[in-house]
This record gives sequence, C-alpha cells and structure tokens, in this order.
Amino acid sequence: MTALAASWQRRGSYARWFGWALLGVLAYTVLILIYGKSPLHAFHEIWSSTLSSKYGLQDVLVRMTPLLFAAMAVAVPARVGQVNVGGEGQIFAGGLTAAWLVLTFASWPSWVLLPAMAVAGMVGGGLWAGIAGLLKARGWLSEVFSTVLMNYIAILAVSALVFGPWRDPTSSNYPQTREIAHAGRLPHFGGSRVDVSIVLALAVVAGFDWFLRRTRWGLEIRAIGGNPYAAGRNGVPVSRYVIVSMAVGGALAGLAGMAQLSALQFRLNPGLSPGFGYIGFLVSWLAGHNPRLIVPMTFLLAVLASSGDILQITQGLPSAIVNVLSAILMLIVLLGRTRTRPA
Amino acid sequence: MSALALTERRADLPAQTPPLAARGIVKRFGEIVAVDHADLDVGPGIHALLGENGAGKSTLVKTLYGYYRPDEGELFLDGKRVEIKSPADARRLGIGLVFQQFTLIPALTVAENVALFLPDLRVVLRPDDIAERIRETAVRYGLAVDPAPRVGTLSSPEQQRVEILRVLLAGARILIFDEPTSVLPAQEIDALFDVLRKLRDDGYPIVFITHKLPEVFAVADMVTVMRRGAVVGTAPIGAVTEDELVERMFGGVAPHGAPARPAAARETGPPVMELRAVTSSGQGRPLVDLDLAIRAGEIVGVAGVAGNGQQELCDTVVGLARIRKGERLLFGRDASRWSVRRIRDAGVGFVPESALGQELIWNMTLEENIALGSPRRFSRRKGLALDWSGVRASWRSDFAELGLNLPDPRQRAGTLSGGNAQRFAVARELARRPGLLVTLYPTRGLDVPTTAAVHELLLQARDRGCGVLLVSQDLNELVALSDRILVMRDARVVAELDPDAADAYEIGALMTGRTG
Repeated sequence: MTALAASWQRRGSYARWFGWALLGVLAYTVLILIYGKSPLHAFHEIWSSTLSSKYGLQDVLVRMTPLLFAAMAVAVPARVGQVNVGGEGQIFAGGLTAAWLVLTFASWPSWVLLPAMAVAGMVGGGLWAGIAGLLKARGWLSEVFSTVLMNYIAILAVSALVFGPWRDPTSSNYPQTREIAHAGRLPHFGGSRVDVSIVLALAVVAGFDWFLRRTRWGLEIRAIGGNPYAAGRNGVPVSRYVIVSMAVGGALAGLAGMAQLSALQFRLNPGLSPGFGYIGFLVSWLAGHNPRLIVPMTFLLAVLASSGDILQITQGLPSAIVNVLSAILMLIVLLGRTRTRPA
Repeated sequence: MSALALTERRADLPAQTPPLAARGIVKRFGEIVAVDHADLDVGPGIHALLGENGAGKSTLVKTLYGYYRPDEGELFLDGKRVEIKSPADARRLGIGLVFQQFTLIPALTVAENVALFLPDLRVVLRPDDIAERIRETAVRYGLAVDPAPRVGTLSSPEQQRVEILRVLLAGARILIFDEPTSVLPAQEIDALFDVLRKLRDDGYPIVFITHKLPEVFAVADMVTVMRRGAVVGTAPIGAVTEDELVERMFGGVAPHGAPARPAAARETGPPVMELRAVTSSGQGRPLVDLDLAIRAGEIVGVAGVAGNGQQELCDTVVGLARIRKGERLLFGRDASRWSVRRIRDAGVGFVPESALGQELIWNMTLEENIALGSPRRFSRRKGLALDWSGVRASWRSDFAELGLNLPDPRQRAGTLSGGNAQRFAVARELARRPGLLVTLYPTRGLDVPTTAAVHELLLQARDRGCGVLLVSQDLNELVALSDRILVMRDARVVAELDPDAADAYEIGALMTGRTG
C-alpha cells in the first residue's frame, strides 16, 4: 500500500470516529431529554461534581485504583490474544485470600501484614485466572467461557463464606466478616480518602509499558500479539505465555480486591466490587490494551461512574444512565475501528 | 517429442458446441497470476484436469463456479455467453462443484445438509420427502448414504458421497470434482470412479481434477494439462502416453544456469541433523518411520507434490511437530524432546514460504524481528534489556555481507514487498550462522531476480558449512542447487537421486507415482 493510500485510509478512519462519537453524544442527549431533563445541566453537573470539587476529585481517584488494576488484568492477557472476562471474579478471589490472611494472622505487624496481604491477593487472583489460562493453553476450553463462569463461582464463594463460617457474629444483619486489624489497613494520603494503592496501580501500568517496550519478554509478547503462529516458529513458547499472562492479569485483579478490602471496606462482603472487573474490561478495550491509554481511559470512566450517583441525587436521573454512556463509548470504539468485512 | 495430439488443441473434440466453455480466463491474486489465459471446453465424458499443485487447476474451476471472479475471460454455457458472479449463479445454471475441503455442516444430518442446497426447498421441511429423494439418487449412482445420521459422525468417503448427492439433487447438470481422490483412502478410489462412470453414462459432463497420472488413465476420456496457470495441452486419452503428460506437467526442461557446485562441497562433514525412524504427531500427514540425515555443507533437496508430508517434515525438524516414535539428533546430540526455542538456540534456522505471514511479525520493525529471532544473542541483563546497538551492528555487518541492502532497519516488516521480505527472512536466519537451515518453498511466488538472490544465499550458507534442507516444487531449482534429491510421496521418502544424473522428468514421474 502506498503512503498516500494509507494516509487517506487513516483520514477516513478519523472521520468515522468523529462521526460515531457525535452520534453517541446525540443519543445520550436524547436519552436525557426523554427523562425530561436538560442535557446541558446534566453535563455541567458531571463536571462540577467530579473534577471541580475537592471531594469529587478524591472520589474519582479512589475509583481509579481498582479500575486500573482491573484494566491491567484484561490488558496483560490481551497482548497475547487472550480475552479475560474474569476480572470481577479474580477481584473477589484476591479479596478472599487477602481476607483469610489478615483474619488469620491479625497480630502481625503492619510492615509484614500489608505485603503479605498483597501477595495473598495476587496468589488468589493469579491462581483463579491461571486455571483459565491452563485450560486454554491445553486446548480444552476457551478462556472467554471459563473466566465468565468462574466469576460466578468466586462471587458465590465469598457469599458462602460471609454468610457462613466467616460471618461476623456482632453484625447480625449483614453478611460480612469482622473488621480487619488496623495493622492490615493501607495508609491514606493526609486526611484524604485517597490511599497509597493508587501509586502501586500507576506503577504497575508504567512498569508494564516499560516491560513491553524494553525487555526481551515484552518483545516476545508483542510478537505473539502480532502473529502467534509466526511467533511460535521463532521459538517463542506461546502456550507458556498464555498461562503466565492470564495468571499475571489475575494477580493484578487480586490486588484490586486486596486494596478494596484493606483501604476502604475493612470487611469482606459480597459488595467487595460493584462491577469494577467489568468496567476494567471496558477500559482496556477502549484503550486498545495500551498501558499509556489505560490511565486516561480509567480516569474518564471513573469520572462517569462517580457522576452516576451525582446525577441521581441532583437531577433525579437513574444512576444507571452513566452505564448507558459507557456502553455508547464502547460502541463508538468498536464501530470506529477499521473493519474487515466478513467474506 | 511426438505429442502432436497434445499441441494441437481440441483436435479431436466433437464439432458441436460444448455444454460449458471457458475462453481466455485470467485470475490474479495480487502480483501472482494464478490462471493465465486458460481455455477449457467441458464436453460429454470425463475430462481430467491435470497439473502440479499450484498449477492453477483449482482456481480455474472455481472461476467456472463463480467462487472467484475472473479478471479477464468469458464463459459460455451451450454456446451462450454467461456471467457467473457467485456460486448461486453457477448452481442456477446447473454447474455443481464438489469441493476438496468439504462444505457440509457437521452438526446437521445428511438430509438437512442436502436440504440446505435444494433450490425448491419448501418453507416447512418434509424430511421423509427429502430422505426419499436421497435414497433414490443414491441407489441409482451407487452412493451408499443414510440420510439420518449427523454429517459429523461420517467418514470422509461418506461425506464426499453426501457432497456429490447434494450437488446432484440441487439440479446440477455439469459436475466438477476438485481433487476428489485426495480425501480418499486407496480402496475407496475405485468406488468413486464407478460413480463417475455411472454419472458419465447418464450424460453428465464431468471435470475431474487430479495430479496423479494413473487416475487419469483409469477414468478419464479427455485430459487437459495445466502448468503455471496456463493450459499447455488438451487431448483424448487414447492419443497420449504417460511420458508425454509428465513432460507437459513439469516442462521437462533441462537444468539451466546451475550455479557450479564446488567440488569441496561434495566432501561433506558429519551429520548435523538426523531423523531415525521418526513417526511424528499432528495434523496433516504425519511422518511414519522416516529416516533422514543432513550433513554439514550439503543441500538436500526434497521434491514432492504438495501435501505429501513436506510441511510435516520441516515442522518435525524444527520442533513444531512432536516426535511420537524415533529419534531426532541435532549436531550429534539427542534432540527428540527439544522445544522450538532450544532447537533454534542450538543453531537451526528456518525459512518458510511467504515468511511475512509465517515467520516475520509484520507490525514489528526489522530490528525487532532480528532480535526476536535470536533473543539470547541480543539479550542484556538477563533479558531485562535488549541490545539494540548490537542488532544494528549485526545489520551493518552480517546483513550487508549477505548482500541485503534494505534502506532502513527501523521500517516495519509489513512495509516490505513480498520478495524483499523473503530475502530479509533468509538473511535473518543466515546472520545467526546456523548449522542447519530448513527451507520450505523459499522461492514460491518470487520473481526471477529475487529467486536468484535467495538461491545465492542458500549456496553461501552451504559453502560456509551449513547443512540445508530445501523443500521445493520447482524441480529446476532442486536440480540446480541440491547435492542430493529426495522424493517424498505419501509422507515417505520414496527415492534418493543424484541431481547430476536425474532430470525433471524422472523426478516428476516419481512424485506422481507413475507406474513403471
């Protein structure tokens, strides 16, 4: 293909992106109008309640942490062609193992307990996703199905524990564990709601970016992403990468579960994650699994998620309306991609 | 050569208009001309279309069936010009194609698969009706098929019978069979020929594609030979001999411009690679009890019609296919269980046909592709960093030495032309200084200068003491480059020849299993 043709194609694809984005905003506007509200007010509310207030900004940052981990849980396996739909379940699996550790070894000092909880969360999420990776690498079961189904198992396992053996006897009405020891709680910045796990999350994203670009294994991962068949011919052990990348993705999701428990909720309960795994999936696909785009995309979706509650309170709109906006965003990205027509 | 009947096209054809005729068909795929101004008359009787793999037979009949749109040329049905834009058009006009790979839906029953194809299918299906029609036609032509079971549970000969049945029931009056014997075990082939004869006797014109000479003489009334996309002759079966057909298929050209083999190269070293009674696993045609040795400083050529185990041979040597029985030795060490990575690290290089799709990563730069090929050589700090200046140094020295002068190592592999990509792929492997180079159709589809450049690289490698396994379909290439030629048929080595003594005609005869 000549450079000119390529540039025309690129221009065409930008135009298509722009067109679809415009259409998406229009659709959202119409939806708000149907509810009899002013779209301008709604957009203004989103802005003023999240980005232009201190509390709002903190809320956005707090939501970003699990989303960053969950997005990386999708992005890492996606670079070797694996579709990890199991971030949600892996968050619960990591939360479960971290909770077990902190409830069992509550007397450990903080500097041992916190890293141990992080490791436990990574092991829980990593094993959970590693199973799916192994099934895939052996050619037994697509990771799409196994990860989706294992979501239910992980969430129900947490429920079973907190309704049963792990239930806090003092909070009789709520299915939840006892509060975790203070030594097992992540420190926060100043008096804010933002905890240190966001630093770890950002470091993971930056580290993966460096890893992909600079290391030998990053080169091999990019080769598999480019053409797994050719990569295999170059001696890259493709199925090993499939298993390991799934396990690493799961471990990162497990860290999100650990951080939710340790920094915010202090108790394990069935509400550990209100769908962070699924929104993370959306983020990763919106970002094209590119670490450098994952941070801004996470920020955008955290703003949307945060504004859902605000819109409900101030505008009387159902909070789920931001999910519609997220879904529209996803559609725009999918439609804006250069398509190959089915033959 | 006395192949007058072959050269005078259509000399013995009946004077009346053939039911189906193609004139001047041209079909290109990118730069490759798959069918080159081909004419074909399909008259009454069984018409064999003979040629090597890649000669354009399948492509030609697929244009008759509307599966491909020809770039040039015309089709005539009963003397009237027709436009066939899709398989649906072809079926409406009464042309039926039995594909080489079956197009049945495994989860549906035989009757349902047939029903899908019926032009007069009712909105509400009447299974008994369809089953009855299947039985009727099946009995008539000896196509033993039960309408009830799911297609997925049937053997390949049974599935083929279903394919034939549904083409017949769909109302085809001209039948095309694309290599029908390739999916059949030997004992089923005669049964298929009986079916073909019964169909012929009922007045169906039949086109029968094959690359096997004995089949042509067993069943065909007419034969048309294709070579490199062009029709090179048509004749009634009675008017040609096997020798003449082999001559036509392979061109029978004497080796030309053979780069002189230095005498020193003949005194080859110890074996760099040995397969001992190897049985491989995997799809395709696994090797059975195959023995092969390649010595340092020799080129071992492998000839064979595609699909006779050459791909599996290469996959087995480089570790992509597992060894179930037997041993693989590399450089004197038992390497039967080694991974692809370990085999490459030990000094084995591999160049497939169209490396751009099979070995190079198109969206990575040339530098990155070089590093990917030798990760151990270019790793620094245990892999935490890559030695890009080392890659560039290798680019400046090794690649330049190999005569590869591409402008920019930072361009993406996908921006190279097919020929340059292939040259780059060969150079990339040779820059690793392998002790063994495995190449599978390395020059297929390349133009003449690029082919010469690749040949030059292979000879350089051999002169440096590298053992080379060269699988090719170009017999001239094999004769010109090889120190020994092996012929593969049915996943076995059936002959070993001295290239100085062998000619393309003899090799072709061995490849096709010509009797005598």
